Amino acid sequence: MNRYLRYLVPLAIFAILVAFLYRGLSLDPKRVPSPLVGKPMPAFSLPRLQDPEATLGDTDLKGKVSVLNIWATWCVSCRAEHEVLLQLAQTGAVDIYGLNYKDERDKAKQWLVQLGDPYVANAFDADGRAGIDWGVYGAPETFIMDKQGIVRHKHIGPLSVDALNTTILPLIAELQATP
Amino acid sequence: MINRFISILALCLLLGTGAAQAGVTLEAFKFKTEAEEQHFKDLIEELRCLVCQNQSLLDSDAELAHDLRAEVYDMIQLGKTDEDIIDFLVARYGDFVLYKPPVKPSTYLLWFGPFVLLIIAGLLLLRSIRRQQKVPASEISAEERERLDAILGNTTSSQGKDQ
Amino acid sequence: MIPELGNFALILALCLAVVLATVPMIGSLTNTPGWVALARPAALGQFTFLLISFGCLVNAFLTNDFSVLYVAQHGNTQLPTIYKVSAVWGAHEGSLLLWALILGTWTVAVSLFSRKLPAELLARVLSVMGMISIGFISFMLFTSNPFDRVFPVPLEGGDLNPLLQDFGLAIHPPMLYMGYVGLSVAFSFAIAALIGGKLDAAWARWSRPWTLIAWVFLTIGIALGSWWAYYELGWGGWWFWDPVENASFMPWLVATALIHSLAVTEKRGAFKRWTVLLALLAFSLSLLGTFLVRSGVLTSVHSFAADPERGLFILVFLCIVIGGSLMLYAWRAPDVTSGGKFDLFCRETLLLGNNVLLIVITAFILLGTLAPLIYDAMGWGKISVGFPWFTAMFVIFSPFLVVLMGMGPLARWKKQDPGALARQLRMGLLLSIAGGVLFALPLFHEGSIWIGLAVALSLWLLSSLVLSLRQRFKYRKGLASVLKDFGARGSGSYYGMIIAHLGVAIFIIGITYVTQFEVEQDIRMSPGQTVELAGHTFRFDGAKAVQGPNYRADQGTIRVFNSDGKEVAILSPEKRIYTVQTRPMTEAGIDPGLMRDIYVSLGETLGNGDWSLRLYYKPFVRWIWLGCILMGLGGLLAAVDRRYRMAALRKPAAAPGVPDRLATEGRG
Repeated sequence: MNRYLRYLVPLAIFAILVAFLYRGLSLDPKRVPSPLVGKPMPAFSLPRLQDPEATLGDTDLKGKVSVLNIWATWCVSCRAEHEVLLQLAQTGAVDIYGLNYKDERDKAKQWLVQLGDPYVANAFDADGRAGIDWGVYGAPETFIMDKQGIVRHKHIGPLSVDALNTTILPLIAELQATP
Repeated sequence: MINRFISILALCLLLGTGAAQAGVTLEAFKFKTEAEEQHFKDLIEELRCLVCQNQSLLDSDAELAHDLRAEVYDMIQLGKTDEDIIDFLVARYGDFVLYKPPVKPSTYLLWFGPFVLLIIAGLLLLRSIRRQQKVPASEISAEERERLDAILGNTTSSQGKDQ
Repeated sequence: MIPELGNFALILALCLAVVLATVPMIGSLTNTPGWVALARPAALGQFTFLLISFGCLVNAFLTNDFSVLYVAQHGNTQLPTIYKVSAVWGAHEGSLLLWALILGTWTVAVSLFSRKLPAELLARVLSVMGMISIGFISFMLFTSNPFDRVFPVPLEGGDLNPLLQDFGLAIHPPMLYMGYVGLSVAFSFAIAALIGGKLDAAWARWSRPWTLIAWVFLTIGIALGSWWAYYELGWGGWWFWDPVENASFMPWLVATALIHSLAVTEKRGAFKRWTVLLALLAFSLSLLGTFLVRSGVLTSVHSFAADPERGLFILVFLCIVIGGSLMLYAWRAPDVTSGGKFDLFCRETLLLGNNVLLIVITAFILLGTLAPLIYDAMGWGKISVGFPWFTAMFVIFSPFLVVLMGMGPLARWKKQDPGALARQLRMGLLLSIAGGVLFALPLFHEGSIWIGLAVALSLWLLSSLVLSLRQRFKYRKGLASVLKDFGARGSGSYYGMIIAHLGVAIFIIGITYVTQFEVEQDIRMSPGQTVELAGHTFRFDGAKAVQGPNYRADQGTIRVFNSDGKEVAILSPEKRIYTVQTRPMTEAGIDPGLMRDIYVSLGETLGNGDWSLRLYYKPFVRWIWLGCILMGLGGLLAAVDRRYRMAALRKPAAAPGVPDRLATEGRG
């Protein structure tokens, strides 16, 4: 029986392989989760988009549940996402901050005038250094922080209504509920 | 001052993942010695670009790769060690940026697996050869041998006959 | 109308594949000669319809029929004719059609060149190939039909990916597929033999030339891909351990093990179970490669547009083909008799040792390739496994392979006195150690232990080949008898082995030298400026705009002078922007040479006529592909060994027992 079992080994190895490959079909190899999740948000202090004299930094986001959205006018899918951000802002569930990533100030301002402004305030990250600290690798990206300023979630790519309802809003509600 | 924005379109960003388009040059960075330049190249070659995946920071033309190259260059100029630089990137992007996975418990499978495999294979090989030796002469029969020689044209025995 | 014809031909080909897969197989099991006889015409018919279908797609590209979605996506009116043809296999759907056509070609080839094979066995082999064909044709028809129409019809096509508009890449996929699909012949022979329960030396002899030819195609295909990457990607790399490259390298490694193992089974009747497993594995890995490339489970530079639905289809197909064949193996293999007895130390064990090493290497490449997926699936985090890991592992394992390679050709079958072999190889060992030390020390150049190791291994291989030749000619004096030996039976595979192993020795030198002593410089140059690199002076004579058939380019001129001030080359690297897919492409300027390549690629324009340039001096880089070509030649020589043809012609007289024995049903 050992004599016969031996010849089943290749089949067994293949079966394990298939299990992984099957699982692989529903995973996205390009999606890189952020190591920031569970850690305090990175410190930053940048000029505001609307008012270069004033600054926006991590301290402004602390003490409440906050959302940081990384966007830029050159980013095609940011336009698609914008509608969803406006919806989120309308719910009033949370303060949305923006990190305007490697953009031109005038274009960005115009964008907000044209498409509406879901943000409480925007930081203007001209050279992308803050973006690197946040581990941004492709706008749009969205982070959710709890009241202590700990990063709780990162959404990569444009937010969809579906993601908003199934993940983002429930998480925000949960974080709002905890002290 | 570093010429950080070599004028290239953020093509990779726009196209999602770009295919291998190269021709990036590191001309913009100034090095004191050739060894320093080589060190810089060796380091960024082992770092993976997150946008144009499957290209290293050395080869990638993505805007983020440009920024990260500049970041790494600055850190080297500040006298940071390779470990510092790698820690810096891993803290932001995770182990994913390392083409050479770090040796830690979760990657033992990767780093030691091949050797375990070799040992197992070697043992199995030895065992099967020993077993083979114990098999009572299931040697090819004389008749079969003859037949095979005929088909296979055993070079030493049938040298002259094959014309 | 013609695309519909192509689609219809494809459907008919599928019908014939179904006939081929079932009728002759049933006929062979029930002893119905009429059904068995259907195998050959069905194979021919399937091939004909696949050819028609393929022709229709080629025609659609040539006539710019953008009503066909695939043509609209990848064709263009401005595309040069040769690339209109190669665009057929430039993306997923069309490359599948090419794959199916090549499978059809191999099927027909088997049916034509194996006329002497017992009819039942041939019927089973062709049937198994028909089953594989069903999978690929239905994959096309159900998920990726290249003949799908689009409405409204676009005025212009989306153009072929500029990276693929290149001669090397036009012929790389057909070569590679010839290799991948060619392994299906060995696979089908193995399945047929397992069904029949008759695995013997004759089986190995039938499979061997087919496997060798497939291996030659695979070798050349991989080498072409590497050569293409070298000159087209602009950074002069020739291997990146990308998942797609690994997907082609794994079947190659297993096929290499297989051709050696087949030799043992053919000559000694040993390792039957092992050989048959290798035959199953080699093709299984080809199929796995298809899955990895087309399902999007891994990121790669060259992967096709990913689609999980297609991935699922291939996965199910993999389960049927590989799972089914391994099940058959588990059922039948225990009954296969083990072959000739041999000692602990002899040529058999050396070859088996090499086989095991090749499989271990394949296994860790598979591990490294799938590790990102495994880690993600297990929730252990996202990791990347890239060239540093693969190179480190490969450099640790492969030298042992070469050490065994040096001993194999000299050892005797069955029983070898280790002392005697050691005495024979003593000179070779001394020579290789001396050579290695010499090159490791900074005598000729900077010196490096890697060069030392590479030189030692190459010398080891070379000296063993020389010793083997000396042994062979010990009793053959005079030119006449030497010449006669070249024509003798079995000499093709012998000299093939010599040439292929010589190729490996050259290959080792090539990769080590170019990795160790490549010199590279990134530099900003103004017109007229010169720079020194590796004993050569490079003068940049500026860049000018040129217009290609479907691209604009900036073409630089670089003159290269040697240390005597003599001009050795004028290089014209280009930076192209293709009109449709406005992607910048680099076209390197290369001055090839046996001992070194000079390689220049154009970076970006920096104003005032200044350009950034990448200059490379790559010693011995050609030896990499020269080595591959020699390996391929060696394989070819072995495949056309006279004894395969002789045996086929003389068999009825020489070995009357064979057909009956092979055709024996089951193991009753």
